[in-house]
Amino acid sequence: MNLTLKIWRQNGSSDRGRMVTYEVQDVSPDMSFLEMLDVLNERLTLEGDDPVAFDHDCREGICGMCGMVINGVAHGEQRATTTCQLHMRHFEDGATVTIEPWRAAPFPVVKDLVVDRSSFDRIIQAGGFISVPAGSAPDAHAVPVPKDDADAAFDAATCIGCGACVAACPNGSASLFTAAKITHLGLLPQGQPERAARAKAMVEQMDAEGFGGCTNTGECTAVCPKGIPLDAIARMNADYLKTASK
Amino acid sequence: MSLSWTIGEPIKDEKAPSGPIEERWDTRRFQAKLVNPANKRKLTVIVVGTGLAGGSAAATLGELGYKVKSFCYQDSPRRAHSIAAQGGINAAKNYRGDGDSVHRLFYDTVKGGDFRARESNVYRLAQVSVNIIDQAVAQGVPFAREYGGLLDTRSFGGAQVSRTFYARGQTGQQLLLGAYQALERQIAAGTVEMHTRHEMLELVISGGRARGVVVRDLVTGEVETHLADAVVLATGGYGNVFFLSTNAKGCNTTAIWRAHQRGAMFANPCYTQIHPTCIPVSGEYQSKLTLMSESLRNDGRVWVPQRTGDDRMPADIPEDERDYYLERIYPAFGNLVPRDIASRAAKNVCDEGRGVGPGGLGVYLDFADAIARLGREAVEKKYGNLFEMYERITGENPYETPMRIYPAVHYTMGGLWVDYDLQSTIPGLFVIGEANFSDHGANRLGASALMQGLADGYFVLPTTLGDYLAGAGGFGDVEPAEVAQAEAAVQEKIDRLLAVDGTRTADSYHRELGRLMWDYCGMERTDESLRKALERIPELREEFWNNVKVPGDGEGLNQALERAGRVADFFDLAELMCLDALHRTESCGGHFRAESQDADGEALRDDEHFAYVAAWEWGPEGPILHKEELEYEYVKMTQRSYK
Repeated sequence: MNLTLKIWRQNGSSDRGRMVTYEVQDVSPDMSFLEMLDVLNERLTLEGDDPVAFDHDCREGICGMCGMVINGVAHGEQRATTTCQLHMRHFEDGATVTIEPWRAAPFPVVKDLVVDRSSFDRIIQAGGFISVPAGSAPDAHAVPVPKDDADAAFDAATCIGCGACVAACPNGSASLFTAAKITHLGLLPQGQPERAARAKAMVEQMDAEGFGGCTNTGECTAVCPKGIPLDAIARMNADYLKTASK
Repeated sequence: MSLSWTIGEPIKDEKAPSGPIEERWDTRRFQAKLVNPANKRKLTVIVVGTGLAGGSAAATLGELGYKVKSFCYQDSPRRAHSIAAQGGINAAKNYRGDGDSVHRLFYDTVKGGDFRARESNVYRLAQVSVNIIDQAVAQGVPFAREYGGLLDTRSFGGAQVSRTFYARGQTGQQLLLGAYQALERQIAAGTVEMHTRHEMLELVISGGRARGVVVRDLVTGEVETHLADAVVLATGGYGNVFFLSTNAKGCNTTAIWRAHQRGAMFANPCYTQIHPTCIPVSGEYQSKLTLMSESLRNDGRVWVPQRTGDDRMPADIPEDERDYYLERIYPAFGNLVPRDIASRAAKNVCDEGRGVGPGGLGVYLDFADAIARLGREAVEKKYGNLFEMYERITGENPYETPMRIYPAVHYTMGGLWVDYDLQSTIPGLFVIGEANFSDHGANRLGASALMQGLADGYFVLPTTLGDYLAGAGGFGDVEPAEVAQAEAAVQEKIDRLLAVDGTRTADSYHRELGRLMWDYCGMERTDESLRKALERIPELREEFWNNVKVPGDGEGLNQALERAGRVADFFDLAELMCLDALHRTESCGGHFRAESQDADGEALRDDEHFAYVAAWEWGPEGPILHKEELEYEYVKMTQRSYK
């Protein structure tokens, strides 16, 4: 199939940036979206043009490195799918496809479709962990964890930190990302001692990074490749309110 | 490099204590000198790579009070490719009471590695395995649990006990996030300085010791030097030499190859693991291969049509016209034979013309029986995310039609040679995780990579590195001339790549090199194929250096330049792999020489001539082979049999 691509090109954070149109021919429906861009980049390189910069690594939907807004939707219109796992069979021959980077103030553009998500790491630094130095752990069976809690914690823990939730949110909020970690650790007995401090520190860091507030729009969970549920945010707010009222 | 190599002095691990194997690690820990806490603050350790090994090492060294500098090429330490490990992690907990023990895990790993790993190292790995599970659970890793609240386990290839702990099909992700969170905690505490989007391009050696690294800031393009008292490489494997592999796109050999060229010996480079259950290639544009966890073989049954050229739909092929070849040939282990055996069996049936799918390069992995026995819901609970991944990529629904799978390059058992302390042949250069060669011999068992990475990072390295740092009492200043030389080497290579301005992209050369390696140094190797590869690689490398086109400049983000640099090192590594494969005329584990097989077509070891680790030293006149003889005191060397 043949496609018209409109891709955001921006040479560094000080450049204003612009959409540039490219035609791609003979796209196979079995290609992944990133493989389609690989083919474009091979051509641009040989023609002496600057290839399109984009982040990617595992290409199997788990590292969280890739991410583009495709036709206005973070990771494209396929539900529960990262950009690398999106395949061209979901596009019509002759279609025009727009490709943009995540857009949010705390995710400055590095180049083209590459953004800086180090703000996510700093949210984890604020408290997204259980303090347990290597060598000090009790036997793994010392504390049984009810299966339902373990499963629910796992569901939240599957977050890949891609940032689609921020890109999709009209407020540019990182609530789903932050809440996923607070939920994962807060549901487990091991996470209880630091639960309140964790919620407080992570929420405050999220605000300090310039992410917006949550207004329960739900766009985040709709684009989340791992389907992190919206009620994680309610848990985060509950944990945070408990610390605020103390 | 030519077809010739020279034989150097034998090499020996001097660090493993003697005495009963159960006591060696205890003995070594007690012997190891300690660094007092006030002195730790004055010692800097560089850790390159943030996967399970590097992430856990950097976090633990930070906890101990060292000044740590951590580097990764990705935008966050959480992206490292350990994250993609699906199936699980082995540990000798014997929570099931099914006969497991430290000794059994040790035995299975030595046997699974086809008697090409060091006994002392493997025993320690099995001992430490139990601590890893404790550590991970305390960190909040959400392993699968039973209704009683205790941890669930499952069985994996090469073992008859259920010792694999798992977190759905995302065990690597959950363990890596545990290490990543521990690392971020140390970054916040100020003990670890994190450098993301930085790629190591050279090792700095001064006074005969590893003292730093030269890195390129991938965003600004700046070449920087960082100095330290010791350097730890945790940069993973080199499977991407094949271009198509299950590795992440960025995985590369540059860090360990640079270290090799500066004096670190490279051990057993030809030992590569081909994983039996990957999604087959769909076209020329293919950029990587996706693995389907081996845990699927617990419930899936592998088969092909009995008749060659049978192109009926799988559902139309009656039961008695199917060949469940693993169950037929290996009745004791059936679908759970080790990876190398399952892979070669798949290749054999496809070579016979009984393969399925496009190009006949695939076999079925069928869940119909499991769904009938357990119900669809139970199967979905166990493997739901893997089935979804399969459907997303192929457009086929594995609940209704059998999966098609084919082997793909997955893991490299070879790597930099290290002693029992995980120190390379360069003093002060430690190598952990997949980047070293130490524990898996010629074949790694499933769910053992996560175990080894975390054993090295959380428990082994922090002890042995302390011994090295305590012994020295300060290594003095780094020679400025050594730094200048390393920086110049990096800049020269960048300039050279940019200056060629030829007519082919680095990716196109990488693809061609990978194809050549797959054809001549892949699942089956022969004297003839390896000689062909050794003839062709230098030609292709020369063409690359005269005709590659790298757009842009060295200033700022230039992903094409990053890739070209990695491909350049893959050429050199490919040559050493082929040479190693050529010299080892026996078959063992993942290394199958067609000339060395028994009457049934099984790999035939030659213990009389090859029971050694091949440690290669880089030399301007060609590589020099140093042999480390392997001795087996506790596990009797036998021909593996899974029948």
